[in-house]
Amino acid sequence: MPVCISAVNMPSAPAFEAPLDGRTMGTVTLTAHPGILPLAVEQLGLDLPGHIRALHDVTFTLTSGDLTVVLGPNGAGKTLLLKVCHGLLQPTRGSVRWSGNDSYGTQRRQAMVLQRPVLLRRSVWENMDYALRLQAVDTLERTQRIEKALSLARLELVAHRPARALSGGEQQRVALARAWVTQPEVLFLDEPSTHLDPEAARAVEEIIASIRSAGTTIVMTTHDLSQARRLADRILFLNRGQLLEQQSAMSFFREPDTEAARAFLRGELVIY
Amino acid sequence: MNDVSQSFWLALQLILSLDTDLREIVLRSLGISCAAVFLAACFALPAGAALAVSRFPGHRILVVFLNALMGLPPVVVGLVVYLLLSRAGPFGNWGLLFTPTAMVIAQTILVTPIICALTRQSVEDLLVEYSEQLRSLGAGRLSMVLTLLWEGRFSLLTAILAGFGRAVAEVGAVLIVGGNIAHHTRVMTTTIALETARGDLRLALALGIVLISVVLAINAGVHISREYAQRAGL
Repeated sequence: MPVCISAVNMPSAPAFEAPLDGRTMGTVTLTAHPGILPLAVEQLGLDLPGHIRALHDVTFTLTSGDLTVVLGPNGAGKTLLLKVCHGLLQPTRGSVRWSGNDSYGTQRRQAMVLQRPVLLRRSVWENMDYALRLQAVDTLERTQRIEKALSLARLELVAHRPARALSGGEQQRVALARAWVTQPEVLFLDEPSTHLDPEAARAVEEIIASIRSAGTTIVMTTHDLSQARRLADRILFLNRGQLLEQQSAMSFFREPDTEAARAFLRGELVIY
Repeated sequence: MNDVSQSFWLALQLILSLDTDLREIVLRSLGISCAAVFLAACFALPAGAALAVSRFPGHRILVVFLNALMGLPPVVVGLVVYLLLSRAGPFGNWGLLFTPTAMVIAQTILVTPIICALTRQSVEDLLVEYSEQLRSLGAGRLSMVLTLLWEGRFSLLTAILAGFGRAVAEVGAVLIVGGNIAHHTRVMTTTIALETARGDLRLALALGIVLISVVLAINAGVHISREYAQRAGL
């Protein structure tokens, strides 16, 4: 039986009742359908124009329920790895295999929040409605899902304001809510709290925690090591396009296997 | 100098008294140009956006050709439409020559490449910003075209405005296919040309003032709406 997004069927997500600062979220009932996990990435390679090897020989498996943080210095290939997994980029070598057979269905059941998410020139509500319309969700369900997502991201009060007129932190929350409203089984987040002040970053982290407790598997990149310590179950450590480590967050932060990772954790420039 | 200022004063009097002939010509001009721009926009906006999001063999050549069509000589367009609609032409039996419809057809042909090329450029610029996000959300080619047209609606007003400017100021093509018939196909530009040739500067100047005012008013309206939209995050 493949992993299902249904909160009822997922042992790791008994129900979506995620508290945020004492506020109780509504219960989300997700439609049961065959899961797309595990994701098997095998000997993945990506060349950029000019024969630049951006990723090479990356192999890992993503299973259900974990929050995986991809760490690495600038230019390590973190964003590219997420984009290849999400389907925005085609790998040059190797493969990205989801367990779902239907590629259209697989695409619909995973979402990504880009490092600089582009909000449409419409209201917050309409931004979410747009994402659901693309998935042909009917009107009643769209309304229900959007209300839940607004509640999750605490955006009820700005629901009908133009999304682009909001603050940076609010816009990031809109982007998260818009991705989550499609009920993805896997959510890719590319540096979701970069450029945000500590309070806005904390709000984003709370939303990520809520999404995770709703049963969504999350893969995210970050430069914030303390954020990685707070959120991660598992770490993928990339350097110069190579996956050097993949292990539990606890053991990675306690005792990384490679000198590159140790140097990275010490805050030194990784030149390996 | 005295003649000019007197003509100018008489022209203002014509405008302020809402002279029947003047009003008729202005309304006909605006009607024909608006109809032409509407028809052109219906085709050119989606076509320009589709061209921006698609890549196919010959795409670049088509873009160059489209850009070249922006400089289409109006008299040549007028001549071609004349030949098509004249009694001996393939559409002669429709009886459209020397009618406002023929003028709309000629202006539509002139305006379509302008709106299409400017739309393609605007949408292509937007695509740089939106492409990954829309693909990530699962938008197909058609959704992308429609979304980008809506997202760029205020920029595209400029494209439509450029088309309208070309249509309303056009004289060569409408003169050939319309015939400048009084109370039937006479528009602002053809009247200005005729009255200037006849030495009656009063009506010509009045129409000139109206023409410039209309263009200025529409430009100002579009500019204000764009500013407002940008401030409001729309």
